[in-house]
Amino acid sequence: MSNWKTLTNGLIKENPVFVLLLGMCPTLGTTSSAINGMSMGLATMFVLICSNAAISLLKKLIPDQVRIPAYIVVIATFVTVVQMCMEAYLPALYASLGLFIPLIVVNCIVLGRAEAFAAKNNVIPSIFDGLGIGLGFTLALTLLGALRELLGTGKLFSFTLMPEEYGALVFVLAPGAFIALGYLIAIVNKLRKE
Amino acid sequence: MEYILIFIAAVFVNNVVLAQFLGICPFLGVSKKVNTAAGMGAAVTFVLTIATIVTFLIQKYILDVYGLGYMQTISFILVIASLVQLVEIILKKVSPALYQALGVFLPLITTNCCILGVAILVIQKDYNLLEAIVYSVSTAIGFALALIIFAGIREQLEMTHIPKGMKGTPIALITAGLLAMAFMGFSGIV
Repeated sequence: MSNWKTLTNGLIKENPVFVLLLGMCPTLGTTSSAINGMSMGLATMFVLICSNAAISLLKKLIPDQVRIPAYIVVIATFVTVVQMCMEAYLPALYASLGLFIPLIVVNCIVLGRAEAFAAKNNVIPSIFDGLGIGLGFTLALTLLGALRELLGTGKLFSFTLMPEEYGALVFVLAPGAFIALGYLIAIVNKLRKE
Repeated sequence: MEYILIFIAAVFVNNVVLAQFLGICPFLGVSKKVNTAAGMGAAVTFVLTIATIVTFLIQKYILDVYGLGYMQTISFILVIASLVQLVEIILKKVSPALYQALGVFLPLITTNCCILGVAILVIQKDYNLLEAIVYSVSTAIGFALALIIFAGIREQLEMTHIPKGMKGTPIALITAGLLAMAFMGFSGIV
């Protein structure tokens, strides 16, 4: 039951993007389409679950003074795993996400959860926490990606919903990322207050 | 000429914050006042330049030579994290005045993704050392420029009437969007 609570906590109440405002760089940089946003979210989720699990297992072994560098090494290891797998099996996706895959290392969400949750809890709750936060991140990125893709090109997951002429290209470009996220956060703020 | 092109491209056309989405956290976090924005910009310029030189040398003389390319992410982030610590300690000893000015921003820089991002980009773009230095300095100037302009706008925003739901982050993001649109005007000049 409490695992379920940990899971939904990350998904809605502590959504990393809309509520905690963490991990803004990949959120803005990789959401030019719904599928890109979702892939980035899933890659981050994988790293988050693995690093949470590893860190909660290692928490007694890591001395307190050097815990941050140690966490970073653990996280960087899993990021390298994702990077190499993606380069080997999904080269097209790897090319479009580009720099943001290695940059998962400096995503504050991953280090933040290691410090705030995994370092204090056991393996099973830590995995659920990683899953919840990861799903929340994926949800936010997919939503933003879908919105930008729909407004920008009239497509959704590459299916055409509107004729392309109705698309406002600016939403696929850099300024649209900021503006779309700004309005999404405003809407989420409004919904949370009610 | 080539170096001037790299400079203009990095500062205006491919601005690190507004076009490449690197370093958004400090961009949104420390942009409430122009003074702190300038301090953060200076600290980033300092660390980014040193970090790029060090990671460049590591890539060329250690990772490439021994075929350890897959260690890139891990080694770069460790080098950057320890470098920031080192810079902090040295600065405290050598120039207390500068340390006073930049001190608070230094620990924040480790998790600033533009440092690691630029270090990796320089390798991907296959620059030589001098080009890498020009690129990192201009990227940092671009970062500082965007940050200071944005802080100036946000200071003015404080005095205007904003609808309740848009206060705080939403209006900041939309302002950044308009700023990015303005910077898009530079595209095509290089």
